[in-house]
Amino acid sequence: MLGEGILRGLAETARNFAGSFVSAERLTTVQYPEQRIAPMEATRDFPFLVYDGADWEAGLRCVACQICEKECPPQCIYIEKSKDKKPDFTGKPQFYPARFDIDISVCMSCQICVEVCPFEAIKMDTEFELSTEDRFGGLLLNREKLAKPNEHYHKIHPAEAAEVDARLAGEKDKADAKAKAAAEAAAAKAAANVAAPAGPEAAPGGNAAGNPTAKPVEGESRA
Amino acid sequence: MTGLISPEPSELKVEDSQVRKSGPGAPSRMSVEDSQVSESRPGAPSLAERPEGWNRPPVMVPDGEGELLEVAMGPHHPSTHGVFRMDVALDGERVIRLKPVFGYLHRNHEKLAEGMSYLGSMPYTDRLDYICSLTNNWAYALAVEKLTGQEVPERAEYLRVILGELTRVQNHASSIGFLTQEMGATGTPLMYAFKAREKILDLFEGLTGSRMMCNYMRFGGCRVDASAAWLDAARKVVAGLPGFADEFERLLRTNEILMARTQGVGILRPELAVNAGVTGPMLRASGVNYDIRKVDGYGVYNRFKFRVPLGDHWDVYDRYMIRMLEMRESIKILEQALKEIQPGPVMSPTARIRGFRPKPGEAYGRIEAPKGELGFYLISNGGPNPYRYRVRPPSLINLTILEDMCLRQNVADVVLIFGSVDIVLGEVDR
Repeated sequence: MLGEGILRGLAETARNFAGSFVSAERLTTVQYPEQRIAPMEATRDFPFLVYDGADWEAGLRCVACQICEKECPPQCIYIEKSKDKKPDFTGKPQFYPARFDIDISVCMSCQICVEVCPFEAIKMDTEFELSTEDRFGGLLLNREKLAKPNEHYHKIHPAEAAEVDARLAGEKDKADAKAKAAAEAAAAKAAANVAAPAGPEAAPGGNAAGNPTAKPVEGESRA
Repeated sequence: MTGLISPEPSELKVEDSQVRKSGPGAPSRMSVEDSQVSESRPGAPSLAERPEGWNRPPVMVPDGEGELLEVAMGPHHPSTHGVFRMDVALDGERVIRLKPVFGYLHRNHEKLAEGMSYLGSMPYTDRLDYICSLTNNWAYALAVEKLTGQEVPERAEYLRVILGELTRVQNHASSIGFLTQEMGATGTPLMYAFKAREKILDLFEGLTGSRMMCNYMRFGGCRVDASAAWLDAARKVVAGLPGFADEFERLLRTNEILMARTQGVGILRPELAVNAGVTGPMLRASGVNYDIRKVDGYGVYNRFKFRVPLGDHWDVYDRYMIRMLEMRESIKILEQALKEIQPGPVMSPTARIRGFRPKPGEAYGRIEAPKGELGFYLISNGGPNPYRYRVRPPSLINLTILEDMCLRQNVADVVLIFGSVDIVLGEVDR
């Protein structure tokens, strides 16, 4: 019969129309400004800089190694390395970014800066309501605007942040053990001519405990 | 009424010497009566002869029944899926010439890629065919893996298959939705398609962090592992997909309007399809059994049971049906892959994502993307970035036979035929 196919299709739309009144699963949209869907854990949009502790400037994990600046496909990162050094979380003196700008009107949220960062210093945010009246200055974020505490990272990507913290803690333990061993060795050497210093054995014993998840890529400048 | 000529002087056919002879003095507008084409045609006209003032001669002899008209459909036309122009010559309602004009969305992708590291091009491949970013990632990763001789762990291969087939389902669903939209079904089938697509995009976001610009695959594996919760969510979505396909078919398959508009329209003969290098659902709708998943067996596709649907009428309706059937085959692959996936690493332990220099050589990685054969051809000269980087885009090559499909059809059907090619301008123009 001519028109049977159309009627069958109309029955389908009628079923969906009526169904949306009884089945919550058929309601696929939300009323945005009032209702919000929480962003997923993996969601990413623009990068931010992680800092530890209370002071953002002192706690920045970034050491201005400029790998992200080099790898960024649209070249939206601009870094100026500091002249002096300040101690990082393991106590080692490191450079810090005197200037760190990201132009988020250029950024394409590809996450490559996060992947290549050996210091867990740059991560992806989930903040998406970024409209501003100033088209140029408002979208060029400097390091003060980019810096966000580690707690924020824990809030938006809990599992990933816990993993990163465990890894960093392991590295800190390793660095502490190494420093301790070095100090002991120096002390032993200075004290007397002891036949076998304890240093070389102490270091591997110290890091075996807390470092099962070390990344293979980063042999660069941590220890 | 007078026939209007597209005012801008566009490219000339090389063999058309008359165009140059007529020179700039040729009138930019003319009426059909002046040209006397209608009267002179019924004899034995040569096709090289073009109506005065036309940019190019028609490739078909007008039958003299209708008014001759040269129109430019696009670049800002709602049916063109972006910025794309069709220079159409009409004899009444009949198309007697059609020239696709593209390049409006050119972004210099290939040359940019030659200036940056292998990793740096990966997010840009998302922006080629932005409906199916994961298959673009896959094809590029495959090419680089071939170039460097990297192995991919089994779990990563399964994840790639799962994501690739999810991409195919959502691409075909939305492609059918757009096709019906162009037929005049304003929105309803498209919204049905997007309802299923939305669930798949949510899966993509849960795993890769982004709905469309996934940037997920890496040379030697995938960027992050899928959690058990994600795999369960994927199983749930895949379990709902056959229901969606049934619903979508009930809605459209026997619809008389769809059948009347698409059956016998835009016929693409298999010989022409093969000669023109057409691939993907377009080629299979013309009855040629060629699916790179079967032919090449890349990834782990040889482990899955699925069939390749083929068309036997070679028209727009066949292309619609092929996409429906391919969705069902993809769902079968997804069910098998989600059942068989084993725990394990997702990145090869020797893989390096940055700072590597492949040995001098060349590689061509190709996959069966939802739109056809997507290939990346790379030449390395031993440096950190490719010496030559070339994309073989299925959309562009499938577009080249647009004129052959549209000749003798009505102008309203041009929109449909164009929609049935299923292109994304980001990939056509790169």
